[in-house]
Amino acid sequence: MTHPFLALTESDREEMLRTIGVSSIEELFRDLPAGVRLGRDLDLEPALSEQELSAHLAQLAARNVDTTRELSFLGAGIYDHYVPAVVDTVLQRGEFLTAYTPYQPEMSQGVLQSIFEYQTAICELTGMDVSNASGYDGETVAADACYIAKHATGRTKIVVTEATNPQVRQVIKTYAPGFGLEVVEVPHRQGTTDVDALAAAAQDAAAVIFQQPNFFGCLEPAPDLAAAANDADALPIAHVDPLSLGILEAPGRYGCAIALGEGQAAGNVMAYGGPHYGFLAARQDFIRRMPGRIVGETVDTEGKRGYVLTLQTREQHIRREKATSNITTNQTLLALGGLVYLTWLGPQGLREVGETCLALAEQAKRRLQERAGLELLFPERPTFKEFAVRVGRNARDVVRDARALGVHPGYALGRDYEGMDDVLLVAVTEKRTPDEIDRLADVLAEVAQ
Amino acid sequence: MKLIYEKSQAGRRASVIPRPEGLPVADVPEELRRGEPPRLPEVPEFELVRHFTELSTRNFGIDNGFYPLGSCTMKYNPRVNERLVMLPGFAQLHPHQEEDGAQGALELEWRLQEILAEVTGLDGVSLQPAAGSQGELTGLMLVRAYFEDRGESEQRRKVVIPDTAHGTNPASVTMAGYELTPVRTDARGNIDVEDLRGKVDEHTAALMVTNPSTLGLFDENIEQIKEIFRSAGALMYYDGANLNAVCGISRPGDMGFDIVHINLHKTFSQPHGGGGPGGGPIAVRKQLEPFLPVPAVVRRDDGSFALDYERPKSIGKVRGFTGPFGVFVRSYAYIRTYGPQLREMSETAVLNANYVLARLKGAYDLPFDRLCMHEFVLSARSLKRDHGATALDVAKRLMDYGFHPPTIYFPLIVAEALMIEPTETETKETLDAFCDAMLAIAREAAEDVTLLKEAPHDRPVRRLDEVRAAKNPVVKYGFDTTKAPQGV
Repeated sequence: MTHPFLALTESDREEMLRTIGVSSIEELFRDLPAGVRLGRDLDLEPALSEQELSAHLAQLAARNVDTTRELSFLGAGIYDHYVPAVVDTVLQRGEFLTAYTPYQPEMSQGVLQSIFEYQTAICELTGMDVSNASGYDGETVAADACYIAKHATGRTKIVVTEATNPQVRQVIKTYAPGFGLEVVEVPHRQGTTDVDALAAAAQDAAAVIFQQPNFFGCLEPAPDLAAAANDADALPIAHVDPLSLGILEAPGRYGCAIALGEGQAAGNVMAYGGPHYGFLAARQDFIRRMPGRIVGETVDTEGKRGYVLTLQTREQHIRREKATSNITTNQTLLALGGLVYLTWLGPQGLREVGETCLALAEQAKRRLQERAGLELLFPERPTFKEFAVRVGRNARDVVRDARALGVHPGYALGRDYEGMDDVLLVAVTEKRTPDEIDRLADVLAEVAQ
Repeated sequence: MKLIYEKSQAGRRASVIPRPEGLPVADVPEELRRGEPPRLPEVPEFELVRHFTELSTRNFGIDNGFYPLGSCTMKYNPRVNERLVMLPGFAQLHPHQEEDGAQGALELEWRLQEILAEVTGLDGVSLQPAAGSQGELTGLMLVRAYFEDRGESEQRRKVVIPDTAHGTNPASVTMAGYELTPVRTDARGNIDVEDLRGKVDEHTAALMVTNPSTLGLFDENIEQIKEIFRSAGALMYYDGANLNAVCGISRPGDMGFDIVHINLHKTFSQPHGGGGPGGGPIAVRKQLEPFLPVPAVVRRDDGSFALDYERPKSIGKVRGFTGPFGVFVRSYAYIRTYGPQLREMSETAVLNANYVLARLKGAYDLPFDRLCMHEFVLSARSLKRDHGATALDVAKRLMDYGFHPPTIYFPLIVAEALMIEPTETETKETLDAFCDAMLAIAREAAEDVTLLKEAPHDRPVRRLDEVRAAKNPVVKYGFDTTKAPQGV
């Protein structure tokens, strides 16, 4: 045998071919017309042993500058929060890692119960009644929510605030033509969404999507935005940072129909953009319009409590072209990471992480103003863990020069917003320290303006 | 077993959060502040570990045993890949890192694109879609963009799908704003070419096909099908769910397909994680490349790697960033352990499936008596008629023998379907033990059907009441109810 992931010996093979009644492996492929056969070896590099493979990937990894090698204040949707060891411990259990969708509940009570616990945690965080088992990421769950809103309201306009993550808006726009939706954006004024402008746009809209805290890190007047949407009978949809929800009010408590977001900050490593989990929760009214898997409680034939995939008549494998979504494979393992992380935090830890982020970000704002002489872009607006600051010249050049000094100072907002070429979006998680913030200030004092 | 919420006691915790002193107090407006805290579990760290360890023991993965879940390609997941994906250079890399700080990640993505282009026989690849079904939807968006570019999008509204298709195919067609045209399967399990001929015309945008099909059969008429679509000016989409059958043997591009999605979590061993993550890259023929999602991962003339957003005809973004990067690390690593030997991987998968089929076809009905590819579909129709034992009963009884059941009741065109995919990563001893169990169950159905009807006997729960779950959905823990936990 020549490969560690294959097992048949020569005599196995002969015996199996004899049982099948063919003389060669080649004969097993006799149904393939000659014209569609490759007839040569694949043009791929030769096989590597595990040791060679490890060396090759270590070389590739070494050519990346990760946050263990460079002090980083990058955020803009993905954040360098601490992931505790217990997350790795649980996710590496082979029973979770190497199982699939729990189609057979008797074989899958572990995954099913953990999803049920995850759904509970997401409902608690967001103040909603029902959560699905996860979506792909914070972008695609927003598109999913548009599909819910279209069918729930019969309307075809989606309103999204300009201060919502640009990638979220891009994905919604990519999905919109197929859904038969048009997308309207509402501008921000001084870093937050203008309630009157939003109220005007919300007329005849299926949904109004806003982000809290928004992409600039500013706290939106979220209850007012939700009220404006409700007044127009459009569904208010909040895109929220899970780690803000120990501090900031749950969307369900201020009238939102749907709450969703990117789960990465809560329990997943950044991993250059994935895999992570998107969470999606809604009011009870929308339970039968939810996309994807949902786990429900039931009993077995002996009356013992157990868990199953439920409301499957929403789903593609039953409903086919009439399904609420085409999703099947989701992000269960990453959502499990989220559950383990939220369990590790508990309600107190969640509040404390939020408070530490909030305080460190406030410290960074002060230091950048006092020590580096920079100006906040929206000085009047309260923020959470991220804020926008003017750096006096093209922010991409500032990023380059700061990185040469070993600090990644943040995200250049000019990549997405006109007139913000000199603006940096700085994220401060609980992993940063006051000393590191001072170092950021010193570096920016040197390279900005 | 108790829920983690039922083990919670106020005041306990597993975390300690850094609280630097001397920091300013930030001002959060009162009206935005949280009122009631979320009722997250309050447990010490060791209770957390015990809880999830106990949950894991109530679950069954490939690491526990044979998992012949048809169409899901439940093959071994090498542990080295889990170690590699956690290298800080991959795991701790921010996706907005500048290109010069992410050359290793971009090179890995570019290399994977090149490999997938070679394996599929196509020209351009985007890794962005998050899973197979998103790959499908992305593919249909490309179809739309392609015909819009040619001024034919108003005219071409129909997508043809065989009746054997995965449910995701018709669902994706609807989500992409297309109309579904179903086409029948013929007596040999191929697409009915005559039915197809009558349904493909100038209003057809595309065909969506899995080949080998969900019956595990390679479509013998694939060249005729290609001619029908070529002459109608329509595109062909390949659902790569069953690519594990044909790596290095036959390529979708050579079969005539223009767009392919690849399930990295099936063919290329990304662990299924209890339901995900997956990866659904798409590969396309030259003329569709301009429409692929942005950013594209490209290699510049100087040998450096970059993200290219300058694609004016692109459909846009379908997911954040460049896709699920950790999935790419694992699948790239998996492919590199095979290289051109991928052919041997597929040959072994096909050999294993045919062997199990040969051993079982006397005891179960075989709707299409042909050699299969990497999987096959049996029917429990006779068992049901003669003894009242359904496919579900067979599946549940298999659990008593220590095997995960196959996919059941799919594809829809086969009554009492049992869809079995052994994959290549099994010993002959395991295959024999599974066959022995299946044969024993067929005998048991005749001798004492209650053994099947009451199965499973040894799992943490007996059969669960799914009707009750759907009728009165309880989808989260009810903190306020006084109902005592019923777990053991």
